[in-house]
Amino acid sequence: MSVEAGHFALVLAFALALIQSTVPLLGTRWNDRRMMAASGPVAITGFVLTLIAFAALTLAYAQSDFSLQNVYENSHSLKPMIFKLSGVWGNHEGSMLLWVLILTLFGAAVAAFGENLPPSLKANVLAVQGMIGAAFFLFILVTSNPFARLDPAPIEGQDLNPVLQDIGLAIHPPLLYLGYVGFSVCFSFAVAALIEGRIDAAWARWVRPWTLAAWVFLTGGIAMGSYWAYYELGWGGFWFWDPVENASFMPWLAGTALLHSALVMEKRSALKVWTILLAILTFSLSLLGTFLVRSGVLTSVHAFATDPTRGVFILGILSVFVGGSLALFAFRASALTTGGLFHPISREGSLVLNNLFLTTATATVLIGTLYPLALEAVTGTKISVGAPFFNLTFGLIIFPLLLLVPFGTMLAWKRGDALAAAQRLLGAAALALGAMLVTGLVSEPRSIFAVVGIGIGVWLLAGVATDLALRAGLPRAGFGTALHRVAGLPRSAIGTMLAHAGLGVTVLGLVGALAFGREAVVAVKPGEQVAVGAYTMRFEGLSSEPGPNFSSRIARFSLLDAAGSPHATIASAKRFYPVRRMPTTEAGIRTMWLGQLYVSIGEERADGALVVHAWWKPLVTLIWGGALLMMAGGTLSLLDRRLRVGAPSRRARPVAAPVPAE
Amino acid sequence: MTRKGKRITVIAGGAMFLTAAASLTVYALGQRASYFFMPTELQAAQLDPGQRIRLGGLVETGTIKHGASTDVFFSVTDNERSVPVSFHGILPDLFREGQGVITEGTLGADGVFVADSVLAKHDETYMPKEVADGLKAKGVWKAE
Repeated sequence: MSVEAGHFALVLAFALALIQSTVPLLGTRWNDRRMMAASGPVAITGFVLTLIAFAALTLAYAQSDFSLQNVYENSHSLKPMIFKLSGVWGNHEGSMLLWVLILTLFGAAVAAFGENLPPSLKANVLAVQGMIGAAFFLFILVTSNPFARLDPAPIEGQDLNPVLQDIGLAIHPPLLYLGYVGFSVCFSFAVAALIEGRIDAAWARWVRPWTLAAWVFLTGGIAMGSYWAYYELGWGGFWFWDPVENASFMPWLAGTALLHSALVMEKRSALKVWTILLAILTFSLSLLGTFLVRSGVLTSVHAFATDPTRGVFILGILSVFVGGSLALFAFRASALTTGGLFHPISREGSLVLNNLFLTTATATVLIGTLYPLALEAVTGTKISVGAPFFNLTFGLIIFPLLLLVPFGTMLAWKRGDALAAAQRLLGAAALALGAMLVTGLVSEPRSIFAVVGIGIGVWLLAGVATDLALRAGLPRAGFGTALHRVAGLPRSAIGTMLAHAGLGVTVLGLVGALAFGREAVVAVKPGEQVAVGAYTMRFEGLSSEPGPNFSSRIARFSLLDAAGSPHATIASAKRFYPVRRMPTTEAGIRTMWLGQLYVSIGEERADGALVVHAWWKPLVTLIWGGALLMMAGGTLSLLDRRLRVGAPSRRARPVAAPVPAE
Repeated sequence: MTRKGKRITVIAGGAMFLTAAASLTVYALGQRASYFFMPTELQAAQLDPGQRIRLGGLVETGTIKHGASTDVFFSVTDNERSVPVSFHGILPDLFREGQGVITEGTLGADGVFVADSVLAKHDETYMPKEVADGLKAKGVWKAE
């Protein structure tokens, strides 16, 4: 019964989305306050209905109700409960349902937290949000219904792809979608502003928190996905420039640009038109990502052509929303008043440069991702554009941006002094050059990438430290005063520093893992040793152990200390999932300080030897540690009083320490 | 500098940057993308020495041999011609005789393809799309 209730709730949610996309819009036309005010309750009810549908599907998975085709194809009664639940979004239909659930969640959040928004803006934003919702509800109901029944019901399910039976699947897609879909709010705000033909600094203040929230989630989603691929695939890599990865990376790059341009708009009322365009582009890239991943076009251009309903449908949604919003932009953008002027050498100028680099980098990734598809569709030639292309183009474009980050934060608004900024950064530059020199002299093997990479990482971190010291008034002010001042800094300022420091930390992690990593591929028999980097492991032997829905062969290795006695064990395994007749590799990972020893096992050979691929990856944990810092920075900025909608109307709390003028 | 002059400088700077980025992208697409071949096509292909390509086909039955240490040798075939491949490392979980496979690397002067990565299909039902298309074109594709 609950399944039918869920199905019904989904149909109702679609009907409500149609109301949400029309009534408030007409309300703003006819200046009818009640019609505009309807948007809020409708958005919240739509979310509740979608939640009911999602809960019904989840219940079916929890109960292993194989009369549902979706459950039959993607679940198994022996699967552990956590993977039954995360399996809800481990397939096309369920993941689209999660997509709309999050979309309506954001709509409901705008309705709930936007009480201070001008009524017409709120009505328009929710109307656009409703249109996106209606399109995707229709997509789900027509082409990807998760509630389709099977009759007669099979006794057992076909199980979920074993690679997806991992805690990573429980966390990664929801985080990623919270980011992806979160940008829909920015898009709706942008389109609403175009519909109204009016935009001001307050608009940017309303949009920034949504951009920040989406960005924080997307950062987490990408980092989580990268770590998941790293430990689950057993290839030792953490980023493959795979089209699916690029699909999430492009909105992140554009979203990062949007964060920075919205800052200029909020502070200085400049870059209005550009910010609107970026908001549209960022969500368009999210839609493009959804299309790439969900249409089947990546598996094969021809698969898309042979089973066209889904692909054509999403392509239709993509064209309507991207084309429609860009057309609206073309008609209305000129009506938006342009804002304050500024000198090229200023904080605004540096943020414009930031946007130039980030959007160009996004364009490169976009071209690299779509070019093979276009080429195959047009000429039939098959090429693969992978890491060699992206490392060269993206690397060269992002490099100057990383160099400029500390400069930008030193420049004043409106008119900056490049020379003074350079002088302040002298210490940081000396530190970075010193680190490069040491890297060049000490490191083995010596490479330009390592030297430059370490330099950039240290430069970014030292830049943040300089910024912090200057704001604290060091070295002139005493240490006590400085601490007081730091405590009194606005949260968004600390957030910026944390995020930029996170960037530096990630760069150091990338350099450590890529330039200083060691690997060894050997065939060993029990008792024999594997040496990688400075570490030596002894292969202790293989054992077989059953799992809940798989069997596994576990290889145990002892980590030997300098004296040759074991002080730790690393276990790496091959699992076999009988339902899908599919083996997987479980890498053995031991974290030591910031680096990781990573062991992956291959086939057992006829002579009793086991093929082992081992990596020592120094600093590798910093890659994800840096992402966590960026998330922390974004969250801190989000908590800044200034960004809370309606905060100015409340009385400021008494502040403990005097806040220095910025 | 006049205000107009400044504006022209800024626009020219931006345009130069974009041009540089565009040329870089075009260059990299020409140099860093790797082409895909089936064994028969490889016979006729004009390759630069050391050019990275992808070779796809089926793992020919009875050709998998383990050499010293972790070296593996096998042949990739499209049922018309076959190309010997050497690889050093761990083969993917689903690497088996008669299965579709894509290898990436360079063709040596002795006609042996030296692969540095081997990709097999991800699950029981998935065949690498290039391989499936290539086999269909040859008429030897059998739907599983």
